[in-house]
Amino acid sequence: MISIKNISKKYGEKHVVDHVDLDIPKGKIIAFIGSNGAGKSTLISIISRTLSKNSGEVYIDEKELKEWKSKELSKRLSILKQSNYLNIRLTIKELVSFGRFPYSNGKLTKEDEKIVDDAISYMKLEDLQDRYLDELSGGQRQMAYIAMIIAQDTEYVFLDEPLNNLDMRHSVHIMKIIRKLVDDLGKTVMVVIHDINFVSCYADYIVAMKDGKIVEEGATENILKSNVLKEVYGMDIGIHQINGKNICLYYD
Amino acid sequence: MLDKLTDRKRKTKLAILILVFMTLCFAAIFLFVGLTEKNIHFYLPRRLERVGAVLLVSYCIGSSSVVFQTITNNRILTPSVMGLDSLYMFIQTVVVFFFGSRQIAMMTGQVNFLISVGAMVFASWVLFFLLFKGEGKNVYFLVLAGMILGSFFSGLSTFMQVLLDPNEFLVLQGKMFASFSNINNDLLGLCVLIVGICILITIKDYSSLDVLSLGVDHGINLGISYKGLVLRNLMVISVLISVSTVLVGPITFLGILLVSLARQIVPTYKHSILITVSTLLGCLSLLGGLLMIERIFKYETTISVVINFVGGIYFIYLMLKESKK
Repeated sequence: MISIKNISKKYGEKHVVDHVDLDIPKGKIIAFIGSNGAGKSTLISIISRTLSKNSGEVYIDEKELKEWKSKELSKRLSILKQSNYLNIRLTIKELVSFGRFPYSNGKLTKEDEKIVDDAISYMKLEDLQDRYLDELSGGQRQMAYIAMIIAQDTEYVFLDEPLNNLDMRHSVHIMKIIRKLVDDLGKTVMVVIHDINFVSCYADYIVAMKDGKIVEEGATENILKSNVLKEVYGMDIGIHQINGKNICLYYD
Repeated sequence: MLDKLTDRKRKTKLAILILVFMTLCFAAIFLFVGLTEKNIHFYLPRRLERVGAVLLVSYCIGSSSVVFQTITNNRILTPSVMGLDSLYMFIQTVVVFFFGSRQIAMMTGQVNFLISVGAMVFASWVLFFLLFKGEGKNVYFLVLAGMILGSFFSGLSTFMQVLLDPNEFLVLQGKMFASFSNINNDLLGLCVLIVGICILITIKDYSSLDVLSLGVDHGINLGISYKGLVLRNLMVISVLISVSTVLVGPITFLGILLVSLARQIVPTYKHSILITVSTLLGCLSLLGGLLMIERIFKYETTISVVINFVGGIYFIYLMLKESKK
């Protein structure tokens, strides 16, 4: 389990994350919502040790971040950030193989290769696996990065805006994959999403943030209410039942 | 589909084999052409020494440039931007300025070597530790600080050189250009030892550096200990650069040429391969340059001039090409 105690991060005098406590439930899709600058990405960067914190503690399976060896932790927890610009030229297969680095140290065993192949077919990238990343569309590239995270095979997965700049088809595909990771493989996936309707249709648990603080958290159906969303986003959002799903309308 | 990958691996192997073969040919020409029974005892040991120095310097420059580009995540930087060359010139200038050229003539041996290498390594390590302790400081900040200190030192050196007696300046000028012609025998052994230790320290980092070339965040995600890795490799880079600079003179400009060529010949992210190919290319270009200078130009020009000329043209080509992307 991941639990966070009194985390703060300051840039200059401004608290981007302000004394946050959080226990993250296991085996669920947890969505982090909130407006731009609410501190969502900063918070998950701190939990995944890619950003240092000013104060507080992060416990992953009862052990503080500092006590974890980086390599051991990378077998338990993975993160995929928003911008993924590469300076080197790689094929999809090479990229996905990097996901096995925590286990194999760069020398893939037969078993590693099988896991890589499985991850590629999980994302339906078999036909593209020998193509270079810079020859792919944004959606295909994002699929390749997620395949790398799948090959890394960690219990906890953090995804920072995985649907950024993707069309509906790719977005739905990625959310279905995330759902499968949780339901079939028992992983815990924490994801930052701006499209509130994807949150409504796929997430189990919501953490809502505003100005560096957590304002609400709880099961999806308890958070997706007009009054809660008004507090989080500062705008009126109507919620309608369509085909048994809560759909938010906020376009006018 | 798998053929593409194995095909690339085969091409890489072939390229390395061709490079090894060419290097051996060049080395053989350099060593044996013009040898007679009479002069073999005089020429052969000296030429062997120079080939050894070429190999050593090629490794220093090739490996430090490849690793530096990975650490800075930038393909047109080389460790020379950190200003170690300028610091070296500054140390030599200070010695001549305050103690005179006789002093520097006496200091050609291990004393000068250890003082120069020690000062350069010490200065860069202090810089690394100061800059890496602070919060939010990154590698670019370090490079920037190195650049500023570099121009500070070269400014100071120029100032002192203007004040020098012209005869003293001539002696100093001999130190400004890379030269393989008077390498101290004792120093070469010491350098081999130091570089050997550096290789032992960094060879197990190559796979972590491969991961780091994906970027810092991906690297940390995949379990490299970023700060330790970067600090250790920067420290080794400063040692390698100092050793090669003090042994043959300022020659780090060669780095950009070697690494860019290596990346074009073998398109791979693997540091073990890139460093091998860069080192081989370094041997080729240095041996080729030496052959040109000794046999064609009859010592009328220096190896720095040849390398900087070729390297400069290549650098302009690289800039034009990158800007078209």
